[in-house]
Amino acid sequence: MLAGKYATQAEREHVRIVYGLDKPYYVQYANFLTNAVKGNFGKSYISQVDALDTILERFPATFELALSAIFISITGGVLLGVVVSIKPHGILSRLIMAGSLGGISIPTFFMGILWVMVFAVYLEWLPAFGRGDTVQLGSWRTGFLTLDGLKHFIMPALTLSGYQLAVLLRLTRAGMREVLSEEYIKTAWAKGLSPFKVIIKHALRNVLIPVVTIAGLSFGELIAFSIVTESIFQWPGMGNLLLISIFENDHPVIVTYIMLAAFIILSINIVVDMLYALLNPKIRYD
Amino acid sequence: MIRIFKKSHHLNSFVNDPPALIGAVLIVVFVFCALFASVLAPMDPYDLTRVDLGNALMAPAWMDSGSLAFPLGTDDQGRGILSTILYGLRTSLLVGFTVVIVSSIIGIVLGMIGGYYGGLLDTVIMRSADTVFSFSTTLLAILLLGIFESRNIWTVVFAICIAGWVKYARTIRGSVLEVKENAYVTAAKACGAKDFRILFKHILPNAMPPIFVLMAVDMAVVIMLEATLSFLGVGVPITEPSLGMMISIGKNYIYAGMWWMVLFPGMTLILMVVAINLFSDWFRDEMNPRLSQRS
Repeated sequence: MLAGKYATQAEREHVRIVYGLDKPYYVQYANFLTNAVKGNFGKSYISQVDALDTILERFPATFELALSAIFISITGGVLLGVVVSIKPHGILSRLIMAGSLGGISIPTFFMGILWVMVFAVYLEWLPAFGRGDTVQLGSWRTGFLTLDGLKHFIMPALTLSGYQLAVLLRLTRAGMREVLSEEYIKTAWAKGLSPFKVIIKHALRNVLIPVVTIAGLSFGELIAFSIVTESIFQWPGMGNLLLISIFENDHPVIVTYIMLAAFIILSINIVVDMLYALLNPKIRYD
Repeated sequence: MIRIFKKSHHLNSFVNDPPALIGAVLIVVFVFCALFASVLAPMDPYDLTRVDLGNALMAPAWMDSGSLAFPLGTDDQGRGILSTILYGLRTSLLVGFTVVIVSSIIGIVLGMIGGYYGGLLDTVIMRSADTVFSFSTTLLAILLLGIFESRNIWTVVFAICIAGWVKYARTIRGSVLEVKENAYVTAAKACGAKDFRILFKHILPNAMPPIFVLMAVDMAVVIMLEATLSFLGVGVPITEPSLGMMISIGKNYIYAGMWWMVLFPGMTLILMVVAINLFSDWFRDEMNPRLSQRS
């Protein structure tokens, strides 16, 4: 297959030998492992370029998208969750809660298409494809520095953050409602502290631990939905590359992507563990 | 059985909870549509002799270029949107039911073994569960399907099960750890009951309520996941009807103003997910004795 449809038998044999596909599976696996430890994940079957380089070249696009999505979902989720918990029966709160139900029930890919239909097709306000103008900073290509690049961020970032924002909002609300009825909060009110201090310093701090846990644990989910988002908006990131590689059976790239995803998830879990210690003085890793 | 249910407080709280009632009615309608898709649908969209490319890209019936033969319009192959949705519901619900049942059985068995026997077995099971969990169901399913050479509805079920058993295993393991300290389990052991009997007759029934709730919630999640996978092109093949696939095809035509290819299947999907969520919200409160006593 790699040699092309019309390759002769000899050409096919040659390709098998070049890629080591003629050896038994366990030998192939051992070869892969020894090379992987050295940071060599093989070459892409399609482009003949080093698989890791191919993916890392796409990394900045995905990273910037994920970063803006995390930022939106955590600040938005916590902020709206606090607003909702302060006045649970207000009209604004009810609207926000209804919106969050939508955020949970509408699949990410459909939400993305709805954004495109409204803001790109009918209103024609925002661009729906690609990253727009980017600026090259050393080996990092960023879309944060140009107006056009920022415009291209809005819809993909909102799409990617939508589900998590709704989940964090509901989590913050549930936590806040529990904490706000605790004795120490009543004490804080009785002391005459300002509402800001009571809510942000005394209540929110105790709510943040489960919020950070969930945000950290759902990082795998974030990577998964970055694939979906990138496919909708033709974002030139790693997820889009993965889908293309799947259709072309480009195994080295798929495997490298899996290894990289595992590495990122592992690192995030460690960071979340360290964040616990910052948020809760009771937890110390000695 | 029905008489017991009628007398119980469950029915009462169910009738007095409009969202749950609406959810249940919608679920029944969806299941009915899926079961009788071949009767209800105006045409079989996957019967090649009935599909005519000349009918491609038609608008819904109430618009100028629409025709009554295709109430919700047609897609790029001339398949009726309404018919394809009905057949797609079949795929969604089939995948949903199968995955929920198979992955809950895998999870229950592994979780019970781990919780009951403990030790190395428990460590191995729970560590692999942690690994799967941190990858997240969606990512793992995409990656697994990416590795498969050919894909059909059963590879999709397989991939989601491999990625989805973890929450069942964790839940049941927690319950087993709690339940196995109870006096009646010790009594059963003292009577010389076999491990198998203790696990399935004494422990499992007491650990089931949270699992039922999880199954109800998971159903909505799995249906969304199947649609997502099919949308990405790693789910069911093009030759099978699927809501996700319909949306992915329709996506290419939204710039031409052909919204019906995307909106109708999308709305169906959302309605189905919302219905299941409404029902499982009620179900969760009902299964939690602490909550129902309070209200």
